[in-house]
Amino acid sequence: MSSQVSIQDRCAIVGIAETKFAKNLEGSEKKLAVQVIRDALEDAGIDPSEVDGLSSYTMETTAEVEIAKNLGMGDISFFSQIAYGGGGGCATIGHLAMAIATGQANVGVAWRSRKRGSGPRPWSAANVGLPTPLEWTRPFGLLRPADEIGILTRRYMYEFGATRDHLANVALACRKHANMNPRAMMYERTMTRDDYMNSRWISEPLCLFDNCLETDGALAAVIVSSERAKDCKNPPVFIHSFGQGFRKESHTMVNYWCEDPMMGPAFACANQLWKNSEIQPDDIDVAQIYDAFTTLIPLSLEGYGFCKKGEGASFTENGAIELGGRLPINTSGGGLSEAYVHGFNLINEGVRQMRGTSTAQVPQAKSCLVTSGEGVPTSAVVFRRD
Amino acid sequence: MNDQLITQDGWLLPVVSEDSVAFWEGTRAHKLLIQTCANCEAMRFPPRPMCPKCRSLDCKWVESCGTGTIWSFVIAHPPLLDAYAKVSPYNVIVVALDDDRLIRLVGNLVDSPGATLGSLSPGKVEIGARVKVSFDRLNDEFTLPRWTLI
Repeated sequence: MSSQVSIQDRCAIVGIAETKFAKNLEGSEKKLAVQVIRDALEDAGIDPSEVDGLSSYTMETTAEVEIAKNLGMGDISFFSQIAYGGGGGCATIGHLAMAIATGQANVGVAWRSRKRGSGPRPWSAANVGLPTPLEWTRPFGLLRPADEIGILTRRYMYEFGATRDHLANVALACRKHANMNPRAMMYERTMTRDDYMNSRWISEPLCLFDNCLETDGALAAVIVSSERAKDCKNPPVFIHSFGQGFRKESHTMVNYWCEDPMMGPAFACANQLWKNSEIQPDDIDVAQIYDAFTTLIPLSLEGYGFCKKGEGASFTENGAIELGGRLPINTSGGGLSEAYVHGFNLINEGVRQMRGTSTAQVPQAKSCLVTSGEGVPTSAVVFRRD
Repeated sequence: MNDQLITQDGWLLPVVSEDSVAFWEGTRAHKLLIQTCANCEAMRFPPRPMCPKCRSLDCKWVESCGTGTIWSFVIAHPPLLDAYAKVSPYNVIVVALDDDRLIRLVGNLVDSPGATLGSLSPGKVEIGARVKVSFDRLNDEFTLPRWTLI
């Protein structure tokens, strides 16, 4: 290990920002993006002219050149985009950390800006461009992400005895945390187990509350070397470890054509993440786990090694994933109850937990796992603080 | 290679690639053909140019026995595209073929051969049920495989 180049704790997040989250925000995705990047740099106390590294999702609609020219940035020396929708979130942070640790850039900005609340549902276009093997699924009426994950959910319940009560545990934990977070879209909307059980079906076994929100919003984060971070306004949130991965014979969302579809991309990503991490699953104080659908929580708990395969559903029992439990997750409300912006809100909430400024703060939290979309080629980071 | 994505009735059509032409020619002739390596005989799905086991680029198309087991399913409810919403709630199943349990086809359980999407009561679908292929003609170019209980 000692001869190997490692990014462990070499870089830190020193600035974050986000717009309001709403069903409908004024302004274009471009306008929201440049505004939120300006605010994140302000939070870091770094002038936009110092930025030389940019990373975003391939689904981002604003090109790097547009970002740079709006913010008056100078020469850019590193830029990357990560594919597979919500799977790319933590990879924007990881790519910048690798670039900064290896001298390819000094100040990096990652962002996501999306008007999914007021814009069309991607699946509603006949020629939908999601990178799935559509030819084999859509003509049969498997039209939406909820249908695609519904198939995996039903199989998961069948194989491991998981129930709707387990999925409700996830929805209720996220909602409870959102009810503590004034920025969350569901801040004022409480939910009971009866509300969950009585909500309408979307794709059985998934009901309305198994699905994430539809949100307009934008977020950004600023990354510098840990050396440079000492001079910034905020306490540094170190990027301790980073992983990216997908497994053998993987498919995007419709991951039905591999040996064991119950073992998704998280398993491959986790191998890489923990291999280079001094912090292991048992040490993690709080986690922000990608929750486009409730099912992704048990699948990810297993993939990232918090329990054995098939035990993710029972892990959610007795308040284990709520504040005060064994592993509080999605402390801002997550994609299910704060906002769905391809998981970038999970990154910012991870930073707040390490700063000690979350509205559902885990006392003395020193490490936070953040994961990106499960069911698609994915990524994850471990944050830590001093 | 078809430019048309949707039928006049609003059903989505397969977007065919050079890898999958043979599959859809097969269903048009009421045959369920599975891509098989001409070198090592391994079946693979979805179709692709190279065999992941032996890296051969030579393939053949072998007719499936046409039976299998329901591996999983959903019952879809609105919001959906219009044509699909009209027949909802409908099932979408994943069938593990008897030829090779790792070949899993997405399809629909219907109440009789030739019947269309949504023809079966949602309560009749369960994991593990034995099913048999049938064929449902959408237009001159496309016939979809569907499934009935054995």
